[in-house]
Amino acid sequence: MGYTLNFSAVWRSFDQLLMGLALSLGLAFVAITIGCVLGLVTAFGLLSKRGMLRHPARIYVTIIRNTPILVLVLFTFFALPQLGIRLGKIESFVATLALYSGAYLAEVFRGGLLAVPNGLKEAGLAIGLTQSQIRNSIVMPLMLRNVLPSLSSTLISLFKDTSLAAAIAVPELTFEARKINVETFRVIETWIVASCLYVATCSVLAALLRRLERRMSIPR
Amino acid sequence: MTGNLLEIRDLHKRYGDVEVLKGVDCTMAQGDVISIIGSSGSGKTTMLRCINMLEEFQGGSIRIDGEEIGYETTGGTRRRKKEKEIARQRAMTGMAFQQFNLFPHMSAAENVMLGLVKVKGMRRDEARSVAEKWLDRVGLAERRDRFPGQLSGGQQQRVAIARAIAMNPKLMLFDEVTSALDPELVNEVLQVIKDLARDGMSMLLVTHEMRFAYEVSSRVIFMNQGRIGEEGNPREMFLKPQTERLAEFLKTSTFN
Repeated sequence: MGYTLNFSAVWRSFDQLLMGLALSLGLAFVAITIGCVLGLVTAFGLLSKRGMLRHPARIYVTIIRNTPILVLVLFTFFALPQLGIRLGKIESFVATLALYSGAYLAEVFRGGLLAVPNGLKEAGLAIGLTQSQIRNSIVMPLMLRNVLPSLSSTLISLFKDTSLAAAIAVPELTFEARKINVETFRVIETWIVASCLYVATCSVLAALLRRLERRMSIPR
Repeated sequence: MTGNLLEIRDLHKRYGDVEVLKGVDCTMAQGDVISIIGSSGSGKTTMLRCINMLEEFQGGSIRIDGEEIGYETTGGTRRRKKEKEIARQRAMTGMAFQQFNLFPHMSAAENVMLGLVKVKGMRRDEARSVAEKWLDRVGLAERRDRFPGQLSGGQQQRVAIARAIAMNPKLMLFDEVTSALDPELVNEVLQVIKDLARDGMSMLLVTHEMRFAYEVSSRVIFMNQGRIGEEGNPREMFLKPQTERLAEFLKTSTFN
């Protein structure tokens, strides 16, 4: 064996890794924000009595959730231009991840909406609130509390999916790590450091979400 | 104005093929306290829920203060009114539910304030003082900042009543408000309702508390299989039931 770990080459390129991590976070933030809006609208669609809203929502969720995200990434970047839709690699990846997270979050939100007791909506109606007031003041705040625990693992999962952007040469963390790997031949060291950065970031994310969960918990 | 606060004419309600209300007529004047009794499935809760449009109904009409509730008929076609209009009409009545249905993420005061701010358009501080006044009235002044999960069933139901009353409804609907309570918590809720009745609040109560119905009501309605089986003043109804069905029902219900 006789392999001696030597991190110095990786440390010299550490800035590059951090830049990659920053881009990963940026990609995740933009994509998931769009995904949340998409997921929420889709969740209401899934629960709608009107087939016109329910069917498209169901088709969207089914197609996206049953396609590997890497295939979606490659399709958006390589196949869409053939159809005349040309996006930069970052835009292309953000669009894909947004679409992908929207489908997953739609199911999470749907569960959260179903868990809001019907009696509370009736109580809202009984005091004269309109449907939209009930949605904003009663249903959404309770839904959010219902989904926070499972949302945390979904969000972390989606953040890690940004590593797939490396497949289309978006210079995020995994892409940068691979570059350093090739340049320095320090395979083990590079991937250890990259993994540590992912673990650290995800842990911080999880801690922040736990804190939010605690802050929003209902006193009892 | 007909002079009647509530006027129900030939009310019909179906769930699919099952007709649960088969032509109910009922009028009530300002200040009346009417208890609706009857076995489960007789349609009493459904009737109550039609009055504030929590249930749709297929035939007949309901008027509150002369205003037709829920539907309008133009050129022979009956149409459900617009959601906004129905919301406004719902605010004419207040309702307390069997399961309280307090908003769990809001304190007692916030539960009462929500309708005042969103429906009545009050400023928050104004709504807060109205909420405090009513929570005080139901004996919960000190618990106003507690959340529903921190209150007993009886306290939750009293908050729910305060939430409804604070909206200043013309008519209060009580739907088996003590059925989900532990026996020792029933009285505190009934006392609140009695106080409201004494103050002249018009109320329609679906209840299984026969003793309470006897004491508090100006009139009692006995529902039987989707129709009004018998109605009259509580003394006559409970002591000299005219129909066999009512006599039987009273025999099986506890009168304590």
